[in-house]
Amino acid sequence: MTKAKQRFSALAGSLVLLTGLLAATQAQAADDAIAAGKKIAFDRKKGNCLACHQIEGGTLMGNIGPPLMAMKYRFPDKAKLRAQIWDATRNNPRTIMPPFGKHRILSEKEIDLVTEFIHSL
Amino acid sequence: MKKIATLLLSAGLVATATQVLASTPEEDLQKFRAYFQEKFPGLKLDDFGNGAYALDENKRLQWESMEEFPPYEEFVDKGREIWEKPFKNGKSFADCFGPDPSKVRVRYPHWDPETKEVVTLEGDINKCLKENGEKPFKWKKGPIAWLSAFFGYEARGQKINVEIPNDPDAIKAYEHGRHFFYAKRGQLNMACADCHVKYPGHFIRGNLLSPALGHVTHFPVYRAKWAKKSKDGDGLGTLHRRYGGCNKQVRARPFKAQSKVYRDLEFFHQYMSNGLTINAPGYRE
Repeated sequence: MTKAKQRFSALAGSLVLLTGLLAATQAQAADDAIAAGKKIAFDRKKGNCLACHQIEGGTLMGNIGPPLMAMKYRFPDKAKLRAQIWDATRNNPRTIMPPFGKHRILSEKEIDLVTEFIHSL
Repeated sequence: MKKIATLLLSAGLVATATQVLASTPEEDLQKFRAYFQEKFPGLKLDDFGNGAYALDENKRLQWESMEEFPPYEEFVDKGREIWEKPFKNGKSFADCFGPDPSKVRVRYPHWDPETKEVVTLEGDINKCLKENGEKPFKWKKGPIAWLSAFFGYEARGQKINVEIPNDPDAIKAYEHGRHFFYAKRGQLNMACADCHVKYPGHFIRGNLLSPALGHVTHFPVYRAKWAKKSKDGDGLGTLHRRYGGCNKQVRARPFKAQSKVYRDLEFFHQYMSNGLTINAPGYRE
């Protein structure tokens, strides 16, 4: 192999490694977001989603809202799910679901994380 | 002929008059009752006085075992002692309420056309104390709840019978209470009606939501949750104590016990349970 070819394969090799590492980091980040979102969702003082919704992994769950499952089928557009969490009264003005964003029950960052978690169900 | 004409004419006038008002309290009451009876077809009207315990078999068994040796009995007795003890000026509560304690509860709440206010039982208890130079009780728990529980206990078996006179100010107070009940409030954006009209029988976390019909029959209520907080295991609390608690739970600023808002709410709330049997005080978790 010429030196040029050596350098090229070294470069290609590191790029593949980097992409692999990047993908792994992104997957890890996505998992971290889901885990963080779950923590907020299950926290009675924060999302308190279990008050009304059945969610896998929850206990003593309420049955006021629909169970949260098959969420990617129900909300193919993640942004629509986020909007529903942010202000459910837009779809139904008389909903009992609190407007988590509009009434600042959760921060924007927290809503991002909760959306990741709920969308993964 | 003239009689029939007059009859028809006045009937026509009455018909137009009632069309101006959206619905009368009587119409609201019929619709309210019909709604809950349709939602829970297995229940008799008086069953609603047992709240969530009428809806769930397991909870009912737990509750019945508590009602065998009710923890509120000692506080009802304390209420009886307060009733019997004369004031410093020699008079007693009987001078305000009449000699028969079993006839007191059923008169409340009522409309006072002179002060143009809703008068509650707790309100008149403290009015009696003040008029006799005694220190008024605190509004939400303790002696006022014991005495109110005693009155309620003595009135067991009687039917709630709130009267809303055909007086525009009384109806205004009733409407104010009704609007409060159905309006969303708090950071959590919930109305009393959301949990207690729309979703009774559902679970909020592990708690079963009670229907609004029958809500007031067992007040003052002995709540195990309040007993745990109290040094003496005193779980008794008044209706307005619970109003404040519920408002706080939806992250709304609570109103003061016996404020106009809560008295008007009580006016509507108790009226909606007209015809149901008083079973105060009740044990609740």
